[in-house]
Amino acid sequence: MTLSPGKKREKIDRLSELAARDDERGVSLWQEAFRRLRGNPAAIVGAIILALFVLVAVVGPFLVPYAATDTIGIREGLIKPGVIPGPTGDHWFGYDHQGRDEFSRMIVGARQTLLVGVVSTLIGLAIGALIGGVSGAAAGLGGRWGRWIDTTLMRFIDMLLAMPSLLLAVSIAALLGASLTTVMIAVGVVSVPVFARLLRGSMISQANSDYVLAATSLGVKKSKIALTHVVPNSLAPVIVQATLTLATAIIEAAALSFLGLGNPDTAVPEWGVMLADAQQYLGIRPSLAIYPAVAIIITALGFTLLGEAMREALDPKLRK
Amino acid sequence: MALLEVEDLSVTFARRGQRAVHAVDGVSFSVDAGEVVGLVGESGCGKSVTSLAIMGLLPKQPGLSVGGKAVFDGTDLLQLDDRSRRDIRGRDIAMIFQDPLSSLNPVIPIGLQVTEVLTRHRGMKGETAAKEAAALLDRVGIPDPKRRLKEYPHQLSGGMRQRALIAMAVACQPRLLIADEPTTALDVTIQAQILELLKDLVRDSGTALLMITHDLGVVAGMCDTVNVLYGGRVVETARRRPLFRQPRHPYTVGLLGSVPRLDAGRGEKLNPIPGSVRDLLPWPDGCAFAPRCARRTDECVGEPPELVHAHDGRSYRCVNPEPLPGMVPAPREEESA
Repeated sequence: MTLSPGKKREKIDRLSELAARDDERGVSLWQEAFRRLRGNPAAIVGAIILALFVLVAVVGPFLVPYAATDTIGIREGLIKPGVIPGPTGDHWFGYDHQGRDEFSRMIVGARQTLLVGVVSTLIGLAIGALIGGVSGAAAGLGGRWGRWIDTTLMRFIDMLLAMPSLLLAVSIAALLGASLTTVMIAVGVVSVPVFARLLRGSMISQANSDYVLAATSLGVKKSKIALTHVVPNSLAPVIVQATLTLATAIIEAAALSFLGLGNPDTAVPEWGVMLADAQQYLGIRPSLAIYPAVAIIITALGFTLLGEAMREALDPKLRK
Repeated sequence: MALLEVEDLSVTFARRGQRAVHAVDGVSFSVDAGEVVGLVGESGCGKSVTSLAIMGLLPKQPGLSVGGKAVFDGTDLLQLDDRSRRDIRGRDIAMIFQDPLSSLNPVIPIGLQVTEVLTRHRGMKGETAAKEAAALLDRVGIPDPKRRLKEYPHQLSGGMRQRALIAMAVACQPRLLIADEPTTALDVTIQAQILELLKDLVRDSGTALLMITHDLGVVAGMCDTVNVLYGGRVVETARRRPLFRQPRHPYTVGLLGSVPRLDAGRGEKLNPIPGSVRDLLPWPDGCAFAPRCARRTDECVGEPPELVHAHDGRSYRCVNPEPLPGMVPAPREEESA
């Protein structure tokens, strides 16, 4: 196919324009990942769910029609033994067993639930990343002493892993006494081994990479190599795991509350506590269990969708 | 005196229940100041292991043993403790690797990686280091160095990446540069540019260069002295011209013969060396190349061939070398029998 000189010039111009644009686009690994994240429908759905969740958690409590602690139903004599009224025009989700507005409690509960999820994940991430980072650096770059440190830390992590996570959480909660803080610590500690092992494994594989060899060949110190080369390259899977852990943390916190190890002050609504309370009234008004359960599921789904999408976006094998 | 004198270097990987692998087996060669020395051989002949052993970069693992000497400017590199070794690396001896993409950290900008070396060995910080880094990138032929410093490895082309790595390697004006197949991962036009750059750097700064390659074209274009490796041993050492004009060791002959030529007739076949590197005789049982050798005689098996120092300053490890033109070839055993 032959092009006229004018067409040809036009085509070349267009190509060079494209090339120039390509040059400016996308800078770091993270920006590249973000760009791909935006193109993934699952990520967008996940992000919308989470944005709504956070919005409700932050501003919801100021906008609720009724106070979450106001026992309207009892005051108005609607709650009798064996009777919990269903939804009405004023009370969209009906009343709970103490006659409080269920809709308001769901909205106020979002804040507690988010708090539990985020704080417990951060606890797990902080401790896990510290142990995993030290262990990974020692195993990947250290000599005989390094292996010794790594082995010691990893046996400790193995001990944590050996215990069923819920049992471990229950033990910690029982040890520290039932409170919201306890729930967050217990759920956080349970996720420590995952973060530690993940960061350690990722660091060890990065320590064998060519750029670490190249940096070593230039005389860069081991501590510097660990901090500027190995750790930044090992973080991606840990960050993805953190998003996924947020989902399980909310569910586990709900489980602990369900077992009665959560916040003893049930006046402050939390979805897990609400679910636990609802079990006694399953026969009378099952919807009381369904609202918090569905809310937990949707939130966990949001975190999982976003986390999985991030895993894909950050996977170097899928990068073009 | 030579700048680097490698004497009887041997690297052995022993694994429990398996026969020890002698990756490098008594390798000796020397590099003079400002000289370009080639270490040539096909994959698996021990050339990379030799360079890593000299730098002390072999992964520490049980069963690894390194013997011999690698004397650099009066100090034996193999005897150094970790700290002094780190001080020498990058400052006195630097290395360039094969794959420029994987040798650069993907998540931090080029600039940080260059200044890291400057900070480590030349104590430069902040603005000074950034300026020097830009000057270095400029020196290795990277256009618009200030902008490139802020970019990430994946934004540079293969040739640019290798240039950046070379900039890091020459940042402290080392006296010896070890280039481990620096052009293998690049396409042909870029290869020529990178080789040209290395040549310039060597000429301008008087840095000695140890060039590790399997590419005889690279050797022909750059090296003053060539060491041909086979099965972990140096089988022939010669200056470049005599080596190409009259190779003595049958392996060198085979290597030269297997290079595809433009002036070969159409339909003419390539001449590979038969067999593969895996067809090794252990050296104590004779010449490792014997199973693949066209000039094999009965003497090749049984005793390891000694290094023969020829009168013209070259040496080879062969009992039945390729005759020099004009020489009356010694009658071969099977012919006289």
